[in-house]
Amino acid sequence: MGMTMTQKILAAHAGLDSVEAGQLISASLDIVLGNDITTPVAVNEFKKAGFDGVFDKDRIAIVLDHFVPNKDIKAAEQSKQCREFACEHCVSHFYDVGKMGIEHALLPEQGIVTAGDCIIGADSHTCTYGALGAFSTGVGSTDMAAGMATGMAWFKVPAAIKFELTGKLPKNCSGKDVILTIIGKIGVDGALYKSMEFAGEGVASLSMDDRLCICNMAIEAGAKNGIFPVDDVTRAYMNGRTERKPVEYSADPDAVYEQVIKINLSEIVPTVSCPHLPENTKPATELSDIKVDQVVIGSCTNGRMEDMEAAYNILNGKKVADGVRCIIIPATMKIYRECIERGYITAFIDAGAVVSTPTCGPCLGGYMGILAEGERCIATTNRNFVGRMGHVKSEVYLASPATAASSALTGYITAPKEAEI
Amino acid sequence: MNTKGKVFKYPDNVDTDVIIPARYLNTSDAKELSKHCMEDIDRDYVNNVRPGDVMVAGWNFGCGSSREHAPLVIKTCGTGCVIAKSFARIFYRNAINIGLPILECPEAADGISAGDEVSVDFDTGIITDITTQKTYRAQPFPEFIQNIISAGGLLKSLKK
Repeated sequence: MGMTMTQKILAAHAGLDSVEAGQLISASLDIVLGNDITTPVAVNEFKKAGFDGVFDKDRIAIVLDHFVPNKDIKAAEQSKQCREFACEHCVSHFYDVGKMGIEHALLPEQGIVTAGDCIIGADSHTCTYGALGAFSTGVGSTDMAAGMATGMAWFKVPAAIKFELTGKLPKNCSGKDVILTIIGKIGVDGALYKSMEFAGEGVASLSMDDRLCICNMAIEAGAKNGIFPVDDVTRAYMNGRTERKPVEYSADPDAVYEQVIKINLSEIVPTVSCPHLPENTKPATELSDIKVDQVVIGSCTNGRMEDMEAAYNILNGKKVADGVRCIIIPATMKIYRECIERGYITAFIDAGAVVSTPTCGPCLGGYMGILAEGERCIATTNRNFVGRMGHVKSEVYLASPATAASSALTGYITAPKEAEI
Repeated sequence: MNTKGKVFKYPDNVDTDVIIPARYLNTSDAKELSKHCMEDIDRDYVNNVRPGDVMVAGWNFGCGSSREHAPLVIKTCGTGCVIAKSFARIFYRNAINIGLPILECPEAADGISAGDEVSVDFDTGIITDITTQKTYRAQPFPEFIQNIISAGGLLKSLKK
């Protein structure tokens, strides 16, 4: 029986010729990741279990990104604990303030993850790296601790849903509109325990930033992972960047899919997820009477260079509407620097926006943009659960950078026009 | 192993942000965190829960973040077991890894009401609603997972 791309990567890492959906396997790991929220719990468990050392200091990545530069004393203590652990075990991929970025933008950018990898991360959006043709999934801190100690993790081999992509995105749409449309269609548990495998001639037209964004939100459909085939776009991205040699896997022609869903990219429209679930999607044009108090452009979903460029194209030479706070957060120091070089940051500030150094901050209601009771935000982040960005009676609408930037100018949810991009 | 207690009922898609809001994640101290368990969906939960009580919920319980703090606070504040129609996969994994008993049983989730007295036998998967005298059978765990649970969690099972 044929295997999906995910199943092939898992079989190779489990040392098996083949695997099938539902099978429980133990697989070797190429990278084990944690952040400043999940690593302290993993470190406590690691110590409690009495492990002597990590399996491979070059295969562990610890990124301080959620609450840094530290928002308070407790957060500082957590960062300190990560720092000390990284130092004690000589963790090579340790990223602190000044070098850090939001983990899921940083690891691909720095070439730490590559095609064919099997990756776990103690952060649910670890599924992002599927964009490179890797198996990558979010786990908890105990799995991270076990992964750091043994280099192995247990998995139930997932069944798959295939998304057959055709056509080409309109200019005012991006990967975010694709994934929001898909989640709206299948629901927040539509791919529960399964892999979302993207395929079809439409793939070639999607940039790496689009693919990273699409795989990033696979978890928002309940999926174990999202994955793209490796093509010229992937190879061009990885070339000269990845520290390990990429391994290309592709699905067997007779691979078994539980479901095949066809998506015509040409028919995608600017899409917004309304409170309080990512599946509550509507075309942005139907929400033009929704007034916003805050706009956030950034996060592991949409803080990459193309996202900054989309925001710049709309905000440059314009003014953020009165009464709207527009917060822009480039996801890594490299992106931050490039925004400076390209003049984006000057344009953002002139438009009346504020620009922060990389942090997950507002996305999870940590800091740097918390909402008061009754306030409403349109954000390029990934979750709009109750209380996600602040008060339990605040609201988050999820959208693309172009839609968020257009909304910043009007103060109402506004679909970007093709001519503006 | 088993538990017996009063039922607290929750809807579909209970996410990790309402189980333990991220604003409190500047500590990894389970006792401190557990004071805020379910705060954004049920402010009274931590005051009303007694050791052994049972959460009963709908589809996709624990969706969202990978934070292990979520099953940890549910366990730390005394909850004996979570029964749901289905669990989000990272929550499911985390619960097993840290030793919070969970059971998938759509019929029980529909049939059991808030405030009912229930007993749950984890070895057999039998759920008994003492109030209504009805019994339900949950899907038993595969042997591989059963071994992790009986060892007392993932790390203990690795150390064996």
